[in-house]
Amino acid sequence: MSGHESTYKPASGFTKWLDSRLPIIRLAHDSFVDFPTPKNLNYWYTFGGILAICLAIQIITGVVLAMHYTASVSEAFGSVERIMRDVPFGWLVRNIHMVGASMFFLAVYVHMFRGLYYGSYKAPREVLWILGCVIFLLMMATAFLGYMLPWGQMSLHGANVIINLFGAIPLVGEGIQSWLMGGPSVGNQTLNRFFSLHYLLPFMIAGVVILHIWALHVPGNNNPTGVEVQDVKKDTIPFHPYYTVKDGFAIVVFLMIFAVFVFYAPNVLGHADNFIEANPLVTPAQIVPEWYLLPFYAILRAITFDLGPIDAKLLGVLFMFGSIAVLFVLPWLDTAKTKSMRYRPVAKQFFFGFVISCLLLGWCGASNPDDPLIAMGEDKLIVSYIDTAGLEGTRTFDEYEAAAEFRDEQQAAGATASMAVKKAPAFTFKILSQILTAYYFAYFLLILPILGLREKPKGEPDSIHKSVLGDHAPAAVPAE
Amino acid sequence: MTIFRTLLVGLGAMALGLSAHAAGGSKHAEAPEGGWSFAKVPAGQIDKESAQRGFQVYKEVCASCHGLKLLSYRNLGEKGGPFYDDAYPNANDNPLVKAIAAEDEILALEPDESGDPFYRPARPSDRFRSPYPNDQAARAANGGALPPDLSVITKARGHGAEGQGASYVYSLLSGYPDAEKIKSKKGDDGLNINYIEFDKGEVVGTLLQPTGQYYNPYMPGDVTAQWAGDPRHKPYGGFLAMAPQLPEGRVEYMDGTEATTEQMAYDVAQFLHWAGDPKQGQRKSLALPVLIYLLLLTILLWFSYKRIWRNVKH
Repeated sequence: MSGHESTYKPASGFTKWLDSRLPIIRLAHDSFVDFPTPKNLNYWYTFGGILAICLAIQIITGVVLAMHYTASVSEAFGSVERIMRDVPFGWLVRNIHMVGASMFFLAVYVHMFRGLYYGSYKAPREVLWILGCVIFLLMMATAFLGYMLPWGQMSLHGANVIINLFGAIPLVGEGIQSWLMGGPSVGNQTLNRFFSLHYLLPFMIAGVVILHIWALHVPGNNNPTGVEVQDVKKDTIPFHPYYTVKDGFAIVVFLMIFAVFVFYAPNVLGHADNFIEANPLVTPAQIVPEWYLLPFYAILRAITFDLGPIDAKLLGVLFMFGSIAVLFVLPWLDTAKTKSMRYRPVAKQFFFGFVISCLLLGWCGASNPDDPLIAMGEDKLIVSYIDTAGLEGTRTFDEYEAAAEFRDEQQAAGATASMAVKKAPAFTFKILSQILTAYYFAYFLLILPILGLREKPKGEPDSIHKSVLGDHAPAAVPAE
Repeated sequence: MTIFRTLLVGLGAMALGLSAHAAGGSKHAEAPEGGWSFAKVPAGQIDKESAQRGFQVYKEVCASCHGLKLLSYRNLGEKGGPFYDDAYPNANDNPLVKAIAAEDEILALEPDESGDPFYRPARPSDRFRSPYPNDQAARAANGGALPPDLSVITKARGHGAEGQGASYVYSLLSGYPDAEKIKSKKGDDGLNINYIEFDKGEVVGTLLQPTGQYYNPYMPGDVTAQWAGDPRHKPYGGFLAMAPQLPEGRVEYMDGTEATTEQMAYDVAQFLHWAGDPKQGQRKSLALPVLIYLLLLTILLWFSYKRIWRNVKH
């Protein structure tokens, strides 16, 4: 914490010499050894450390992969497979990098939900939260760019879909689109620039992570009670060894889950179509992004209506970007004084509803929007015909025999007639994703602002150490 | 702990959603009876003999139309491969692999000393010979259809779980309708039209099979245009340009195994699964040691944590 006196004492001659010139050991000591940390952080707080490990893993494996990868439309697919086949332990490095992207997002989502639940975005941590949102945006961009590199069917057609989104922006859209593609269509030049940017962005993430940690160390950690540290002696313990060992334990548990995917199901988190080499002439049956982008994809596709002069496509793009933009202003949307939802019984319910709606949005993103979730009634048959006089008409049937008979009659009379299925009205994925999208935005724009003014917090402790020592205090660390 | 439970339920829902990823209109491919040896936890390996037979099926049946361009002959004799031999740790020395390679004539990568391209017998270091010089030639020879390269076919089908791609290959190759189900009638133009009657007790509809196309319930596709019958009950699957290739006895196995359609489909699926990921044996052998190491580390860290925090109420 700022204002916290440094306890670092250089022991040897060299460290004394260095300390008076570049106090880098002092910085590390004050940040990661002696840093006073609330004693009641639970396992949800270990994901920061897990994410640091994820970033390191992605950068190290990525640098090795770049040594063997060829960024060219004719060779990219084969070069990735060559890494899997001929580079010693290339299969391991590549699987770690591929699964690592999913693990990174899994951890970042838990980390973000934790921040939302314990009110970690509220004063004095607004900048910390906003930097986190910047990292999240950079991560999404990096993951999207990286998904393009194996040059499979999903790489190419997914890139097409996303780049086309920018085309929806009025006036400058088409310009941005061809600027991103580097030409009239997604091709070799696009792959090259995506590779270049995919290599660049992780280091930008690393830079923002440093700012993120800096912004964390000024006000200090939030904690599950949401009550600020009042007495450094009673409320905190040094980061090392207490949290290094606790984070270390959580990291290794996380790595075990990671390893299970790497060794037993490396491809299960991706899409099989990406093992078909990209072909601009063949469009996959269904274009879907990687799982971690599905909720945003669902929001994009949920918007199928025009709003005044804004057409559905642009509106969908606005909603999708809006769903992330709203996170940036969240510190000023939530009006509640109490940080932790532990003591906000009503807000807590809405929060769990929010988590569930995000997960369900993911499900909607993976599904065909027109597929029925709950069908109301039976599918019917519809026969359309144009008779010899040129009159058009349709008739609906329940039974196939009657429909076929009518069609044959019409055809016998010289008319053209054809039969098709008329889907029963249904509660489709599209409707579900519209409801969930509405809830997603309502949570930030209506529920949190209004609830903060009306809700009565319950049982907030006076200080961290009182909550730890109190009889009715909730156990902060469920051991498992 | 409520958060944890909620997230767990949510993850379950997510997994359900993901399984709907590539939902086409095709029948779900089931693994053969007894499952795949390589999909067994913790360290399932390829059934080497089956993969050897599968290579024979590939070579005698599939290779005339389908390439394996990402594979080299030496891969066959590398550790985990169907012809690996302890006596030849370097697959390039393996006489069996050399002999297999030498059976194929390939266009040399470099021209001869007078600068002319020439053909020579393949060596273990060469890539598998492609049946056609290019895609256009492949299409021209197959009525416009392009036989896909099979190098990663098992990874390009299914949902990515171990063995699903192999199950697809197995189901597709052994899942064509029986020959006696396909009937013939004279069309208006006097030519024969093939059709399949679908019945569940009574005939529910007839599927016309266009010339040069073959119906298969496991093939992703849409049969609406060819279906005469209630469109609400159209069958699963689609058409492909490949006729059934594995009638009983199509190959004569060198090890004397009876060459039934299922057996050949099983063997070639096993072989192609290996070809799609030749290092999978190494991957699965390394899995358990890594997990045990991490587990021991977890236990150590747990007790360190307990000890370090023993005097801190939290």
